[in-house]
Amino acid sequence: MKKYTLESVVGVFVVVGILCVGYMTVKLGKVSLFGDDYYTLRALFNSVSGLRVGSAVEIHGIEVGEVDHLTIDAEKQMAVVDLKIRKGIKVSDDATASIKTSGLIGDKYVSIDPGGSGEVLKPGGTILDTNSPVDIEELIGKYAFGDVNKNSKKEGK
Amino acid sequence: MQNNFVRVFVQDIGRKTLGIINNLGAASIFFSLAFVRIFRPKQVREIIQQIYYIGAKSSTIVGLVGLFTGMVLGLQLYYTLTKFGSEGVLGSVVALSLIRELGPVLTAIMITARAGSAMTAEIGILRISEQIDALYTMRIDSLRFLISPRIAAAIISFPLLTALFDLIGILGGYITGVVLLGVNKGAYFYRIHSYVEFVDIKVGFVKALVFSVLVSTICCYQGYFTHLRKDSYGSKSVSISTTSAVVLSCIMILVADYIVTSFFV
Repeated sequence: MKKYTLESVVGVFVVVGILCVGYMTVKLGKVSLFGDDYYTLRALFNSVSGLRVGSAVEIHGIEVGEVDHLTIDAEKQMAVVDLKIRKGIKVSDDATASIKTSGLIGDKYVSIDPGGSGEVLKPGGTILDTNSPVDIEELIGKYAFGDVNKNSKKEGK
Repeated sequence: MQNNFVRVFVQDIGRKTLGIINNLGAASIFFSLAFVRIFRPKQVREIIQQIYYIGAKSSTIVGLVGLFTGMVLGLQLYYTLTKFGSEGVLGSVVALSLIRELGPVLTAIMITARAGSAMTAEIGILRISEQIDALYTMRIDSLRFLISPRIAAAIISFPLLTALFDLIGILGGYITGVVLLGVNKGAYFYRIHSYVEFVDIKVGFVKALVFSVLVSTICCYQGYFTHLRKDSYGSKSVSISTTSAVVLSCIMILVADYIVTSFFV
């Protein structure tokens, strides 16, 4: 008795295999087959130390995109960060972008406060208000050499 | 006397080295000749037959090994990670070690054990019972008829089985980590999604392809040239060929694994 033909067994095997490969590349590997469900925004920072292409972009703590590209603007002497933001997420022109760290030694990510003015940034628009990451080493350095103390005394006067 | 001993020793080393280099060249030529013949007409039928043996029939054992590998990874890594209080990253550690390393290697070794040994034995017996010579007298190209379909089937089956192994392994890690040991379910899958990059998946599949070429070539080569073995003859040489095919395949898998990994780090 021949229950299954050879072709159907091989067919099932190949289909299951290709489904597994497809799941791994598209879902886990984050290969976007349709690249147009994102739009780009641009932000200028004094320093993007620790930020990498692919780092997360968050609004109110929810991931809405990732860092697409990092370059240097030679004229303004600033770091230019291109952000890929999911379509449908609106960012106003008074938005604030800041680079933060998840946890004490975690990865750097860009956090956007979307702002409240009526003017919504168009694709390719630039976020003007930015905060560079807190340099923990510099802070420790200041603490070690007593700069923090001096500063706070000055402010006290 | 002393001089003679040294000379024999050096001669032996030289002969061994030449033999290895000779075999390496012969195997490369063997592979390229067989690979070209994959694209001859009327090969599809034979290739499907071989995918059935190499791929479809291996999927149960590969799935089973994948499940238990994932489960034991979940168990061991949970034990280690709780010491640092970071069992939340269990998912990413299980997925990365499976996709980058264990999936391709263990799949290749399992297929070598299951299908590679059978390949060598079958072709070896065809050779010693002079059926390959019979094919030759009938003007049938034995490389095209016997070897090419097996190499093609291996190249198709290895990546598919590796993907199956990886996903079932991740499921196995889920079973021990989340269901039995109580790691946060959301964290398990979130970590997998956020830490597995495309390059990890690419390195896994490149490994699977490299292993498929190595295993199928070594196993077919050992079987096809069984009659040229100098250490034995007849049915004994088939058994020796099968053993050396499996051993050599496993060694080459592990060596190639290191080389491919070093390319992608």
